Amino acid sequence: MLENLDPVLLARIQFAFTVSFHIIFPAFTIGLASWLAVLEWRWLRTGNQVYADVYQMWVKIFAVTFGMGVVSGVVLSFQFGTNWSILSDAGGNILGPLLGYEVITAFFLEASFLGVMLAGWNRVGRRLHFTATVLVALGTLISAFWILSANSWMHTPGGFRVGENGLIYPTNWLEIIFNPSFPYRFVHMVVAAYLTTAFTVAGIGAFYLWRGRHIPHARVMLGMAMIMAIFVAPMQLLFGDMHGLNTLEHQPAKVSAMEGLWETTTGAPLLLFGWPDQEAEDTRYAVEIPKLSSLILTHDFNGEVKGLKAWPADERPPAAMVFWTFRIMVGLGLMMIATGLMAIILYLRNRLFDTRLFQYWCMALTPAGFIAVLAGWFVTEVGRQPWVVQGLLRTEDAISPVVGTSVALSLAAFVVVYVFVFGAGSYYILHLINKGPENGEDAYGGHVAAEKGGRDV
Amino acid sequence: MVRMLTVAMLRQKKEAGMFSFEGFLDLALIWYGLIAVAIFFYVLLDGFDLGVGILFPFAPTDQCRDSMMRSIAPFWDGNETWLVLGGGGLLAAFPLAYAVIMPAFYIPVILMLLGLIFRGIAFEFRFKAGRFRQVWDYSFHFGSLLAALMQGIIVGAFVQGIEVSGRSYAGGSFDWLNAYSLMTGVAVIFGYALLGATWVVMKTEGQTQQWARQSASYALCYQALFLAIVSVSMPIMNADIRELWFSLPNFFFLLPIPMISLVLLISIWRDLHAGRECRPFFLSFGLFLTGYLGIAISMWPYVVPFGITFREAAAAPSSQSLMLAGTAVLLPVILGYMGYVYYIFRGKVGRESCHEGTY
Ligand code: HDD
Ligand code: HEM
Ligand code: HEM
Repeated sequence: MLENLDPVLLARIQFAFTVSFHIIFPAFTIGLASWLAVLEWRWLRTGNQVYADVYQMWVKIFAVTFGMGVVSGVVLSFQFGTNWSILSDAGGNILGPLLGYEVITAFFLEASFLGVMLAGWNRVGRRLHFTATVLVALGTLISAFWILSANSWMHTPGGFRVGENGLIYPTNWLEIIFNPSFPYRFVHMVVAAYLTTAFTVAGIGAFYLWRGRHIPHARVMLGMAMIMAIFVAPMQLLFGDMHGLNTLEHQPAKVSAMEGLWETTTGAPLLLFGWPDQEAEDTRYAVEIPKLSSLILTHDFNGEVKGLKAWPADERPPAAMVFWTFRIMVGLGLMMIATGLMAIILYLRNRLFDTRLFQYWCMALTPAGFIAVLAGWFVTEVGRQPWVVQGLLRTEDAISPVVGTSVALSLAAFVVVYVFVFGAGSYYILHLINKGPENGEDAYGGHVAAEKGGRDV
Repeated sequence: MVRMLTVAMLRQKKEAGMFSFEGFLDLALIWYGLIAVAIFFYVLLDGFDLGVGILFPFAPTDQCRDSMMRSIAPFWDGNETWLVLGGGGLLAAFPLAYAVIMPAFYIPVILMLLGLIFRGIAFEFRFKAGRFRQVWDYSFHFGSLLAALMQGIIVGAFVQGIEVSGRSYAGGSFDWLNAYSLMTGVAVIFGYALLGATWVVMKTEGQTQQWARQSASYALCYQALFLAIVSVSMPIMNADIRELWFSLPNFFFLLPIPMISLVLLISIWRDLHAGRECRPFFLSFGLFLTGYLGIAISMWPYVVPFGITFREAAAAPSSQSLMLAGTAVLLPVILGYMGYVYYIFRGKVGRESCHEGTY
């Protein structure tokens, strides 16, 4: 029975599963590392113990998350070979150096100074510890730089030529690294990671406020998070819009799928909801705002927007998935902006830290960033289908010569192991959250009252 | 040198619009060496981490286990990164080899990765677990064991050769599994156990150290046995390897390798019984080096034995050049700060409670 399974489909599901699992952790650690660096800096500058307590609490959560990010990332780096060996062979000249640079510029940096950051609090001086935190944060950003460059190149390839055997050769490295969609994707993703962290921290700060625990610490958490929500969430709308316009130029079929548009139309409407039907080549039950899509995409009420039918059926991405995940992401982005607006109003009324309803709202939005990040990646990656390298290599041609049984069994193993690991990791993180910051601890050296705080549940 | 470089770069610029060191460096050869070095670093560094994991449940007390774990907690991630460099470097420098080897070892690679997952999460989880600490002790142990076994199996299968047709792997899903590869799998387990035990001797005191000393002696005996088996079997199995080692004058050039191994084996044994603390660890490095060199020389000039040579698999010169430029600058920096981190955590692991800091 297992022999009949389609290895292409299985390999795609396996890759989608492992990469989706992986991105959950970077989405959080990139933002968290930067925030921890800010916290430690504030503590060094002000000497305010609250900052050190908050740092101590979150660095433990960081350790657990980072550990899961590392082990799931190592899996991914081998999956290019195990699942997409033809892609590795054909695109290795280009993807290899980009991933290689990620290792030598970022991974070693992160991994080495992580040890100092986690185990060095009592071993090294304050300055060195702070430097380690900053280097880890920098490492996560450099890592995002290279991996997103590699990924963007597969969406909008540039600076290459195709040689014999279909091998792809580099002709201009700057055009490869800074390929057309890379700057947009990099900014959008880093901001997404910052927002993910901000809303997680906000949710937990709100939880403490709601329970009336760790009030000074919770104020720091919620307050700093709201600064992000107020200033950065609206910027994400702008960056996302620019990203979309860039996609319209280079991968128009993806945009048509996001819009759920089948016929090429002038004055195209914006579909709020609907159900894109691949077979019927139509979007059913559409709720639309006239002309808005044309306005957003062409800055003209009567601009022309291409529909999916402009491409042959075997070159269209699966529209329903792209359409819906796009709406989930944008919807959550708008809710984040709304949160920022609420925070401004409450702050001006001096009610930011004691409005019950707002606390519920923030708690509810704790996972918003993670969901938006996953949804965004699904838009991007599914919208690229059927290509793995846009216009050059189709996904079904990129697959390794591996039998379906092996892929199916390893997929099953990954699912079981990841569920177990993720379950245990979440359990420990929830435990750390429940414990809260250990206030009063002399963060630097002794432990005056290590077990005092956090036992009041 | 600088002038040559600019001239070469200018010439290339005219030809292809980008730089390359192709004109004056044997890029493929350099990368063949660099990848071999990266993999060797991985074997040494993660070898002792994994070795600690392999020995873990046999330690006499929970306190011993605490200090063993804490002795590697700040380093394991950096050590594992050499594996990512080995894999990523192979993709960058020899994409064809990467594209053939990974499907060939699909199952053992995935099992190794799963092992590394269980090993890696154990660090963070164990120090936070109250009641379920034992679960993570076993996760650490069996993860390390599985990863080491699979690495050994991959080596054993690799030296027996990989079936290639055109630019793809042409063998079956289980070609890697046979008595010989199982033997090398077990050999690697004992080899890593030796590295782990000598590391623990160096980093701990008292009861833990005493136990580690004893374990190291056992591991050393097995290691000697397996070294002998592999050294004898490789030339028997493959005529080319036989030719390489036993023709003159090669024989005399290569003779020092087994000789040095023998001297090292004896010195480690004596050091362990003379109560030395650090030297056994570094001499074990030496032992691994001679073993590794022996295998590496036997594989020359293949990256996919015995079908694809390193020249056939080489990436575009421009790709290899770009990576080489970065590596030449950054590798010394990386070694520098990694060494510095080892320096920060030098000496014996303390007895502080494990709840201090994050560990
Ligand atoms: C936007 C950021 C981003 C994206 C899209 C990815 N990663 Fe990642 N990755 C990181 C950001 C990151 C990070 C922030 O650098 C991590 C997360 C947690 C960590 O330990 O470092 C990391 C860890 C990490 C590691 C472990 C590094 C170590 O040993 O320390 C590897 C091997 C990879 N990743 C590989 C990949 C591959 C092959 C990806 C794509 C298919 C990928 N990552 C997507
Ligand atoms: C980290 C966030 C990411 C997520 C959540 C994500 C998600 C996905 C999903 C859902 C697919 C399957 C699409 C389909 O088959 O319908 C996919 C495919 C793929 N992605 Fe990504 N992706 C991410 C990042 C990356 C990066 C950074 C790279 C490369 C550098 C990458 C390379 C690929 C490849 C090679 C495939 C397989 C071929 C394909 O199906 O298109 N992905 N990804
Ligand atoms: C607020 C309005 C937003 C708009 C208009 C927007 C727009 C877009 C567009 C058009 C893409 C597809 C890029 C492509 O074509 O490949 C995308 C991808 C993505 N979005 Fe958004 N986005 C918004 C909010 C968010 C938020 C709030 C998050 C997460 C916190 C997020 C995370 C992502 C991610 C991770 C991707 C995939 C990576 C990439 O291609 O950049 N987005 N976004």
